[in-house]
Amino acid sequence: MPLHYYGKVKKLLESLGIEDYDRVRIEKDGRYYEGILMPRPEILDDEHIIVKLDNGYNIGIHIDGAKVHLVRKGESIKHRELPELRFRSDLPYVPLIVTGGTITSRVDYSTGAVVSHEKPEELLDIVPELADIANIDYVPLLAEFSENLTPDHWAMMARTIQRELEKGAEGVLIAHGTDTMHFTAAALAFMLRDLDKPVVLAGSQRSIDRPSTDAVLNLIAAAKIAAVGPIAESVIVMHGSPHDDYAYAIRGVRARKLHTSRRDAFQSVNEPPLAKITRDKIEILNNRFRRRREGRSEAKLDDAFDSRVSLLYTWPGITEEILESIAEKSNGIVIAGTGLGHTPRWLIPVIKRIIEEGKPVVITSQCLFGRVDLKVYETGRRLLMAGVIPGEDMLPEVALVKLMYALGHAKDLSDVRKIMRTNIAGELGSHLGLDVFPPCWGVRHGV
Amino acid sequence: MEYDYDKLGLKVGLEIHQRLDSHKLFCNCPSNLREDEPHTWIKRRLGISYSELGALDPAARFESLRKRDFLYGIYYDTTCEVEADESPPHPLNEDALRITIMIALMLKMRPVDEVHVMRKIVVDGSNTTGFQRTALVAVGDDNSYIETKWGPVRMATLCLEEESAYIVDSTPEMARYRLDRLGIPLVELATQPDIWHPDQAREAALMLGRILRATGRVQRGIGTIRQDINVSIEGGARQEIKGVQELDLIPEIIRREVQRQLSLLEIREELLSRGVVEKEIDSPIVDVTRLFESSSSKVVKRSLYRGAKVFGIRAKGFKGILGREIQPGRRFGTELADYARVFGGVKGILHGDELPGYGISEEEVTSVRKALSCEEGDSFILVIGDVVSAELTLNSVKERMKYALIGVPNETRKALPDGNTSFMRPMPGSARMYPETDVLPVNTREILREVSGKLPAMPKDIVSSLVSKFGLTEELAWELFDSGRVEIFRRLAEKYKIPSRFFASVLVSLLKSLKREGIPVENITSNNFEEVARYLSEGKLAKEAVPEALAGIATGKYSSIEEFIEGHSLSLDQLDKIIDEALSKLSDKIADRGMGAYGMVMGEVMKIVRGKIDGSIVSKRVKERLEEFIQRS
Ligand SMILES: [Zn+2]
Repeated sequence: MPLHYYGKVKKLLESLGIEDYDRVRIEKDGRYYEGILMPRPEILDDEHIIVKLDNGYNIGIHIDGAKVHLVRKGESIKHRELPELRFRSDLPYVPLIVTGGTITSRVDYSTGAVVSHEKPEELLDIVPELADIANIDYVPLLAEFSENLTPDHWAMMARTIQRELEKGAEGVLIAHGTDTMHFTAAALAFMLRDLDKPVVLAGSQRSIDRPSTDAVLNLIAAAKIAAVGPIAESVIVMHGSPHDDYAYAIRGVRARKLHTSRRDAFQSVNEPPLAKITRDKIEILNNRFRRRREGRSEAKLDDAFDSRVSLLYTWPGITEEILESIAEKSNGIVIAGTGLGHTPRWLIPVIKRIIEEGKPVVITSQCLFGRVDLKVYETGRRLLMAGVIPGEDMLPEVALVKLMYALGHAKDLSDVRKIMRTNIAGELGSHLGLDVFPPCWGVRHGV
Repeated sequence: MEYDYDKLGLKVGLEIHQRLDSHKLFCNCPSNLREDEPHTWIKRRLGISYSELGALDPAARFESLRKRDFLYGIYYDTTCEVEADESPPHPLNEDALRITIMIALMLKMRPVDEVHVMRKIVVDGSNTTGFQRTALVAVGDDNSYIETKWGPVRMATLCLEEESAYIVDSTPEMARYRLDRLGIPLVELATQPDIWHPDQAREAALMLGRILRATGRVQRGIGTIRQDINVSIEGGARQEIKGVQELDLIPEIIRREVQRQLSLLEIREELLSRGVVEKEIDSPIVDVTRLFESSSSKVVKRSLYRGAKVFGIRAKGFKGILGREIQPGRRFGTELADYARVFGGVKGILHGDELPGYGISEEEVTSVRKALSCEEGDSFILVIGDVVSAELTLNSVKERMKYALIGVPNETRKALPDGNTSFMRPMPGSARMYPETDVLPVNTREILREVSGKLPAMPKDIVSSLVSKFGLTEELAWELFDSGRVEIFRRLAEKYKIPSRFFASVLVSLLKSLKREGIPVENITSNNFEEVARYLSEGKLAKEAVPEALAGIATGKYSSIEEFIEGHSLSLDQLDKIIDEALSKLSDKIADRGMGAYGMVMGEVMKIVRGKIDGSIVSKRVKERLEEFIQRS
């Protein structure tokens, strides 16, 4: 076992040959405390020892005046008996590509340690329902929090998915951290062309080590969509409400995380979710999607991306210098402007210059919902005259990913413009019915 | 009959749960209970890793066997995303931690250097997260004890934890909870099992409750304090008895638990002497529905009509034991019925020792015995229901019968109003805790510095100062302490010249008796009490009028004591007029007896003025006017 301590305490513990999960006895002010030495999170100080007492509680003991003894070396984390994994010939093969996040970890209650799953059996232990949906296999790819992912990781995922589809997967599941799941979902939508099987991303807002985890429903729903769902696109499947009874499948290029912590943080922007998934059935809410085709997949991998693209969220008082310095380091810029897609007037000459240098500038809106329209007001018209590319109803993040794709495929500004103005994966030109804005969701649900 | 508890090796420990008077432990919502319907309900499931718990925690495994939906009632204004488990917890409420450390120091316990919040797995739905957040704040040592008449009781641990959600109702398929209660800060004070006599347990609980209240920072009222009692005797097993809210019930619960354990041990002896062995109890489950097809029992008929079936097992060697009383009014069969309810979700069972009965005939009993191959000395158990619940029921009943050969099972039991207990769930293991990684540990150094030296007085010191300073009797002083009105008493008794014993009894006995009459005394404010004290001291309010005045305030008849006095006071002129009328009415008698007629005159006057003016003023005035009257005539 390693030792997760630093500084003063580390020195002390090392001198005694004590490591994480060893049984220790500490004498302090005439009282004894005995228990298991727990690892100490890095953000805490280097003056306390954490001990898990026999009653299960952890306490922190300051080392000043404390005498520490090693009682005995720790036992390794117990091997658990797991449900047997059986191949069922009546069920489709669905690989689960593990990229990180909390959805594939568990707690060892005897030590309190959080450990990663290594086998699908461990997941089945928590979500036994999966065994009746598909033959699921683990494909470990990454172990990263999603905020650390890069376009290179997207390409790795796309390649893995393509390989799995060629192997005969009926659909692919990707376990992903939620922070940037919508970026990955959009990237996969552009990288995997001519998909004819579902590519499904799922994560959890409440980690899987809690009994109340949302991962159970999310995984069941995602596995269903991957195994038998009709949607041959990159989608995100997460809770549809605070209830544990249904999830939504949201088109990857339309998904946006709109809440820091709620189960239903992911919402479909500018179009209804594609499907509602309960424990019993899949209900289609929005018919505009690419259908699943039977037989072997022919998905084409197209991962030419230029990741030197920036996303700038403007604000009142933003200066020309800031935009200039960003432009200097970028091959293209997406601006999340205000309202219909505006920037302060003094940025317009800078934008014009950037475009003249051959770097595309795409305008989207911080409003997220709705379409940019640069013809209504003076500022918009001037932006158009400067040569910006209107992002229409695209989310700023999706425009960013798409611009990476466009620059990976074209150097010429007019070609980039053409790609950006063409709908590739459902990211552009949706029908903005009155039922796609959250305050009007009552209209959709008939409430 | 009283047992020789010392000889029986009775060991009792208390766990006192007290809600603190502070906002919620992990968010800023108020710790208010609601009476109204929740604004909306959300539906959840809880899951758990089966194999992880399989080896470790029978209680959680037991809950996970039952796939249930949980509905949580939320209030948009007084509960938030935290209670609904839609957002991580805020940092630990430091005010609540300060109160807890205060309690620790009052009991001479040792606060830990760094408080770590843990997650304790609870998957019965009473927490939206599936765990209860709890932190060990202080530990006891040999110096932390209270001295009872029966000897010292040492403190073991003091924890700060979040209160669970309030259960509205439940069925085997679902349970509904309200989130207003979830997250209220709660201290859990556990003693060592030093208590060896039932009455000692009551005394210890009373003393500890008073110490908690001496902080002035705990919630009061029904449900704000409750005791769990751990009881064991030599040869028996430790039981965790939950949710005792009345102190006076504690000794009775312990006595009856001792009785139950002794009875179970006797049953064990008897079964062993009858030669009953475990594998014989494992008899097959038999469908005996056809034997009841023409039954005249209403219960049976109704159930069969609904499509239910009757299943039975033989209870090898249990004849006479199923019906044996183990607590007043509770039989061994009742224990089995508890298991049936909890594990099988059925309403109950029927057993051979109570049949014929419930409309089931002698002939039916005979044919059942035959179908289950019962021999002399055997009994049987019947359950009515579907195949699945019958199987769950009868298997759990068999397990419980097998344990009768071993003795007393470890159980978590629920306190019943009469002092008996019923089975709730298996005793939880200790391994179901892991760190709450969303909450940072809290260093206690600052709080300790802040709190020590500023501890509230201990209850016994408060009481002895009330006795010595204000001349209260010890009994009245304790009552005043228990009523929570020491502060207001002290303030007013120091500020105004009032008879302190009388005023204390107003705050204690008068309010209690008004409350008993159903008068909403909670409407009386501290301003009202201050008015009472002031007008008493100025002689404008008669002692005798205080009950009526306060009752009038509580019911809203008067908006202030002043308003009451305006309608009830008598000027001295009016008093004189009334006295004069009495004197002339009684002039004959006065002529006869002189000053000896004082009592009569006083009586006549008081009939009219009682409650409108202080009796001592009346008496003084009557004396003066009577003297004048005699001199005049
Ligand atoms: Zn709250």
